[in-house]
Amino acid sequence: MDSRIDFYPTHEHSGYKLRPGKPYPFGASLVPGGINFSIFSRHATSCTLVLFEKHASKPLVEIPFPHSFRIGNVYSMVVFDLDCENIEYGYRMDGPNDPANGHRFDNSKILLDPYAKAIGGRDIWGKTPDWNEVFQYRGRLVFEDFDWEDDHALETPIEDLVIYEAHVRSFTRHPSSKVKFPGTYAALVEKIPYLKQLGINCIELMPVYEFDEFENSRPNPSTGEMLYNYWGYSTVGFFAPKSGYAATGKFGMQVDELKNMVKHLHKNGIEVMLDVVFNHTAEGNEKGPTISFRGVDNSTYYMLTPEGYYFNFSGCGNTLNCNNPIVRNMVLDCLRYWASEYHIDGFRFDLAAILGRDPRGAPLPNPPLLETLAFDPVLGKCKLIAEAWDAGGLNMLGSFPAYGRWAEWNGKFRDHVRKFLRGDKGMVGKMGQRVQGSPDLYDRNGRGPTASINFVTCHDGFTLYDLFSYNGKHNEVNCENNRDGSNDNFSWNCGHEGDSESSEVRWLRHKLVKNAAVLLIISQGVPMMLMGDEIGRTQKGNNNTYCHDSDLNWMDWSLVEKNTDLLRFFRNMIAFRRAHPVLRSPTHFQNRDYVGSGVADITWHGVQKWNADWSNESRILAFMLDGRHAKGGAAKDNTIYVAVNSYWESLSFSLPDPPSGKKWHLFANTGVEYPGDICIPGMEIPLQNQNDFLVGPRSAIILLAR
Amino acid sequence: MALNISMDVNNGVAKIVLEGEVDASVSDKFKEAVEKAARQKPNRLVMFMDKLTFMASAGLRILIFAKQKMGADVNIYVIGASGPVLNTLKMSGFDRSVYVQASYVD
Repeated sequence: MDSRIDFYPTHEHSGYKLRPGKPYPFGASLVPGGINFSIFSRHATSCTLVLFEKHASKPLVEIPFPHSFRIGNVYSMVVFDLDCENIEYGYRMDGPNDPANGHRFDNSKILLDPYAKAIGGRDIWGKTPDWNEVFQYRGRLVFEDFDWEDDHALETPIEDLVIYEAHVRSFTRHPSSKVKFPGTYAALVEKIPYLKQLGINCIELMPVYEFDEFENSRPNPSTGEMLYNYWGYSTVGFFAPKSGYAATGKFGMQVDELKNMVKHLHKNGIEVMLDVVFNHTAEGNEKGPTISFRGVDNSTYYMLTPEGYYFNFSGCGNTLNCNNPIVRNMVLDCLRYWASEYHIDGFRFDLAAILGRDPRGAPLPNPPLLETLAFDPVLGKCKLIAEAWDAGGLNMLGSFPAYGRWAEWNGKFRDHVRKFLRGDKGMVGKMGQRVQGSPDLYDRNGRGPTASINFVTCHDGFTLYDLFSYNGKHNEVNCENNRDGSNDNFSWNCGHEGDSESSEVRWLRHKLVKNAAVLLIISQGVPMMLMGDEIGRTQKGNNNTYCHDSDLNWMDWSLVEKNTDLLRFFRNMIAFRRAHPVLRSPTHFQNRDYVGSGVADITWHGVQKWNADWSNESRILAFMLDGRHAKGGAAKDNTIYVAVNSYWESLSFSLPDPPSGKKWHLFANTGVEYPGDICIPGMEIPLQNQNDFLVGPRSAIILLAR
Repeated sequence: MALNISMDVNNGVAKIVLEGEVDASVSDKFKEAVEKAARQKPNRLVMFMDKLTFMASAGLRILIFAKQKMGADVNIYVIGASGPVLNTLKMSGFDRSVYVQASYVD
């Protein structure tokens, strides 16, 4: 190394040895003998590197980039002989402070590098920051030397996934979790056996990019409880993991701890998907703090009105300018980094419709960012999932530009299943589409059922148990006069609002939770469930718990015992799905027989076999999946019959004949108390009566031909 | 607290005894000991950590460096790590890359 002259300093400042840096890659990179610092700004007039010792209040040194170190719009410099373990860095940018023209430069601010790979300043969750500190979010260097052994992304076919949406802290923070380091990546590793037993094979983590839980934090005036930016849908740094989620965050080892978690999950066959928030940042609107992008190059990074204010398509104050080529490249660099350095299997894009808007906010017919991500070689095997709407009213459900890659959170599945299960009329025809993987939305442009991420609940809204315990939201403790959170919950309280001592009410709620599990798991597409729904987790009727670091969000592990019937039902349903390829078709049903079995791939029934009731008053859905058509005829499977009675009285269903030589066996019947409600897959019980089945009120059955 | 290090290589086994704390300010000393051991091409590296009270990320980086420097054929043993040092090894996943043992018999 020493023989290479390009690693020798050519300049000096205050005793620090320098040489012109490489413009790429952006960020701070280790190079022999030093660190290469590189940052973009189109409109800055000068830039200064500010170095700190770790945790120090005052800078160690400020090194202006010599004029000759700028190439185009990139400032780059190598600083030699720095102690990488002990350095934190930021920038000062000079330039016009002219908001009307989009510029908000302020050289009194020390700015976080948009490409910082680790961020200090919020090392320990909930530790009140010193707001007088001039440098709040402090860029740090990371070593990319983690020992991955042979680990790599699992590349599970998307139709085979069962996704579990979870919040890192909430999953293990409750004292009942009994883990060594509650609320951390390390604690999640301790709970992998639980996830494996449940049977899920993908965990989708709510944001783990560095955010500030103290953003807009405030005490509840009535209770004094501190309200936080708890969920983390407000990014400070896109390349850095949330330090407060790492037990080792105080040692600056959050990168290693998160990677270790991914490695362990992979070893157990569980993919890791990240919920990424590229629609806005933590800087808010013009009244928000200057952390990074606003001071680096405001008019590049944000969508601005002609008057220089922030467009607010995110509902969070600002909108990242994702289809600006600079920002687009940052998003791409970021996802490539997480896919390659953290072995992440897929990404779910929060309010992704924003990513399809042009810099003035108009929807683009062919959004370059979405196309770029779809065709990127590094992301070539990653799952890409869109929340296909935004807070600005753009809803692209079914029309999100897919390029053969993108799947969507299917909001219609959520709403229709909820309405059908609570007994709304006029839902049967819609449910016919939902259980097929929503061909009405996706059977075009080559999109199959796997474009549909099916869910009944997610972090936004009621938990599954609350869906059947509350008619309305109860968000008073959010201190927003119960105005926040959706009003369109399509929920039903089963006759009593909230907790009930009535065994009848509890029985009904458990039955409806199981019915939801049946429809979610049995439908074509990709099922996603919310953390804790398998054990009846409640948020006490709060449908927007974004600000609570409390048991409103924390998973209460004592429910594993209390609601053991629900847990067993979910486990067996998931095992059933994984055992039967006919439930996991990569292509849409054709509603015809194309393998010569004598029956169509899917057939529709009612209380009379072969006679589905699609009428407005109907509240029953019954269908048969022909096992000989599994995976388009490529796999052989059992034939499965499903009947869901959302009517409030029992109904007798005449059963279609099973394939020749087979008999109907009962796998699940939610109208029966635990433990008769569900079997272990493979141990289904033969029916005495092969012709008719009395399905209880608001109950579902699953039969299997064997 | 300072870091005391001793190192010797016998019969192809390199032994490094660490006492005190490993943080960024002394990690170079640790790295030098690993490099010195590596030069003698041992077939096993044994690091005694029972008297080590703290290890920052800089220390962990040296362990990773040791693994890469020694090569895949050289087994690395960490002996007697406990408390925060053992926690750090486990949470960062390094306990899967080396043999972590309570004691060591030649």
